Amino acid sequence: MTEPVLQIDSLVKHYGQVRAVDGLSLTIGQGEVLGLVGESGSGKSTVGKCVLRLTEPTSGTITLGGRDVTHLSRRAMRPLRRDVHMVFQDPYSSLNPRFSIEQIVSEPLLRHKLASRREAYGRVAAMLEKVGLRTEMMTRLPHELSGGQRQRVGLARALILEPRLVVADEPVSALDVSVQASVLNLITDLQRDMGFSCLFITHDLSVVEFLADRIAVMYLGRIVETGPTADLFAEPRHPYTQALLSAAPVPDPVKARERRRIVLRGDVPSPLDPPAGCRFHTRCPLAFDACRTVEPELADPRSGVHPAACHLVTPEHRPDAAVPGRTIEY
Amino acid sequence: MSLLDVTDLTVGFDTEDGHVHAVKGISFSLEEGEILALCGESGCGKTVTAMAVPRLLPPQTTRLSGSIRLDGRELTTLPEPLMRQVRGKEVSVVFQEPMTSLNPSFTVGFQIAEVLRRHENLSRAAARNRAAELLELVGIPAPAQRIKEYPHQLSGGMRQRVMIAIAVACSPRVLIADEPTTALDVTIQAGVLDVFRDLRDRLGTAIILITHDLGVVADIADRAVVMYAGRAAEQAPVEELFARPRHPYTLGLMKALPAAAVTGPAGRRRLAEIPGMVPSPLADLDGCAFHARCPQRQDDCLAARPPLVRHGPAHLAACFHPGHSGEQP
Ligand SMILES: Nc1ncnc2c1ncn2[C@@H]1O[C@H](COP(=O)(O)OP(=O)(O)OP(=O)(O)O)[C@@H](O)[C@H]1O
Ligand SMILES: Nc1ncnc2c1ncn2[C@@H]1O[C@H](COP(=O)(O)OP(=O)(O)OP(=O)(O)O)[C@@H](O)[C@H]1O
Ligand code: SF4
Ligand code: SF4
Ligand SMILES: [Mg+2]
Ligand SMILES: [Mg+2]
Repeated sequence: MTEPVLQIDSLVKHYGQVRAVDGLSLTIGQGEVLGLVGESGSGKSTVGKCVLRLTEPTSGTITLGGRDVTHLSRRAMRPLRRDVHMVFQDPYSSLNPRFSIEQIVSEPLLRHKLASRREAYGRVAAMLEKVGLRTEMMTRLPHELSGGQRQRVGLARALILEPRLVVADEPVSALDVSVQASVLNLITDLQRDMGFSCLFITHDLSVVEFLADRIAVMYLGRIVETGPTADLFAEPRHPYTQALLSAAPVPDPVKARERRRIVLRGDVPSPLDPPAGCRFHTRCPLAFDACRTVEPELADPRSGVHPAACHLVTPEHRPDAAVPGRTIEY
Repeated sequence: MSLLDVTDLTVGFDTEDGHVHAVKGISFSLEEGEILALCGESGCGKTVTAMAVPRLLPPQTTRLSGSIRLDGRELTTLPEPLMRQVRGKEVSVVFQEPMTSLNPSFTVGFQIAEVLRRHENLSRAAARNRAAELLELVGIPAPAQRIKEYPHQLSGGMRQRVMIAIAVACSPRVLIADEPTTALDVTIQAGVLDVFRDLRDRLGTAIILITHDLGVVADIADRAVVMYAGRAAEQAPVEELFARPRHPYTLGLMKALPAAAVTGPAGRRRLAEIPGMVPSPLADLDGCAFHARCPQRQDDCLAARPPLVRHGPAHLAACFHPGHSGEQP
């Protein structure tokens, strides 16, 4: 097997008392798109920021292309930054408003001294064409572009160094459906043509279903389920994933009204004080005694089944009454 | 006569850049107990259309014409003191930003009770009890404790429910909810949509739901108006709209959803795109506003503006060359 492009082991990031990420491991293979989904505040962006070292992890290791980068100094990190780039949610605030599009997209090339100003011009023009922007846009300022165009600029900037890994944090969430469609098509095409790996962060399940090879579902700083996209959608195993899929809006009135939604009750717990045992137990319709004290592992002893951190799918703590892989029924 | 009749509503704004044509002659009606969705892309005029009803647009710059009748009573010319009675009591609004619309320095119980005392003349104690009942109605657990809490102590979903509780405190006949679930997680959104359904079922509240999410429309609305560039492109009962969209823009929106992805050449997943951009609201051209982006356009589409034409019971579309009936998206 080839070396993963990104490997995260037992990552912990605490902001003071806030346990934003609390023991998370994942890998992304060459050319793979991993969709990271989960509730607001579950720690998705924090994972992305740790990978780019925009924030310092509290503990755990981050390995990029086989090299442990967790404790590299800023200076030692610099050449590696060519390999990892980030695309942000808000295409407006992430682009310097006083810089022209050409300056914004060429900046990584010049910073890493990979091109002279003149060479950079040609590469920027070629990159803009790839993301579907005309070269006359080069002299424009960000506020003169539409939201979709700005997001294309963000992509051009992230991809100009041909990185091996792109971290995309909600890159289409602020866009209208029609604009979102063209940006998603573009990301798919560029990813296939350039072959980069991608950590795609979103709360929109239909977007990851479209784009991701694999999905990891986060809840309160941890991954509760992970697996190939098709498997996870066909057979969600963790009760949180089941609730999430059942609540996602479907644009079909007949299906939307027929299906049974799992409405979660109980308070959303705080990352200041995550519940003991299974972190989902305060809202889980299937919780039983062991859930309140024993934390379930993200593992499955059976081969060929994607893992979920729930006592109902791992036999050890399961009460006799519960059926393996039981789903919530209403 | 319907509960609410909006006829030929036109709203513009005087700005430094010129006159903004925000809404250009829209008509719709709303029945008691009906949930009507206003949908369409950012800037198409959803908020302006809805906020014209309770007259919440800035009075200095707004230029409005047309008629808005609530139970037959004309609201556009109603004197402001009477309009104040209508607002909050007969027509109330849930704004998009729950944090900015709650006052951080008062408990949520106080804020709900305030509305009740202002409009219903309830005593302090009665208002407090009613506030707790309302929190229970919108599905907030332990309401007796929650009324003593401040907005920052509540999660986003709970704050949104408090806003809904305030909006329904005086049992309004029309509730306007502007993107009420857009900032919420889907698991929380599902609960908030249930609250709306429940209000409609129990109190017969009529709801105007503004959303750009066609999934939410499919889930909860009875009827929908799809807006484009300040006008209604299409209007139909929801099942009909999704089964037989007639306007090329509606069809385009439905095909652009990630859920509608198709597998293209070389096994690549593709979404249908709507090329081009929404026209500027500073100009108001003759002809069909969707012309530049429309895959079905023909020469006559620029000659005149397509009127809304009936395509079935309660199904209207403004297009000279609509999709055939029975055509599936
Ligand atoms: N700089 C910071 N200082 C303190 N707390 C923070 C900081 N950044 C994030 N947090 C907290 O860490 C937790 C995880 O935040 P994060 O932004 O990673 O969540 P997320 O999953 O990306 O959420 P969203 O979907 O809303 O973007 C939250 O409780 C958040 O309030
Ligand atoms: N007070 C105002 N002054 C000037 N222009 C305005 C004002 N309010 C709205 N507009 C303009 O009117 C048009 C319609 O705006 P509106 O807020 O109704 O859009 P919307 O459909 O609600 O969009 P969104 O989905 O982004 O909320 C836009 O072009 C907007 O910029
Ligand atoms: S471990 Fe228990 S509380 Fe946690 S998800 Fe499984 S059943 Fe629910
Ligand atoms: S009137 Fe013409 S341009 Fe407008 S939507 Fe219909 S076919 Fe398209
Ligand atoms: Mg985030
Ligand atoms: Mg709006």
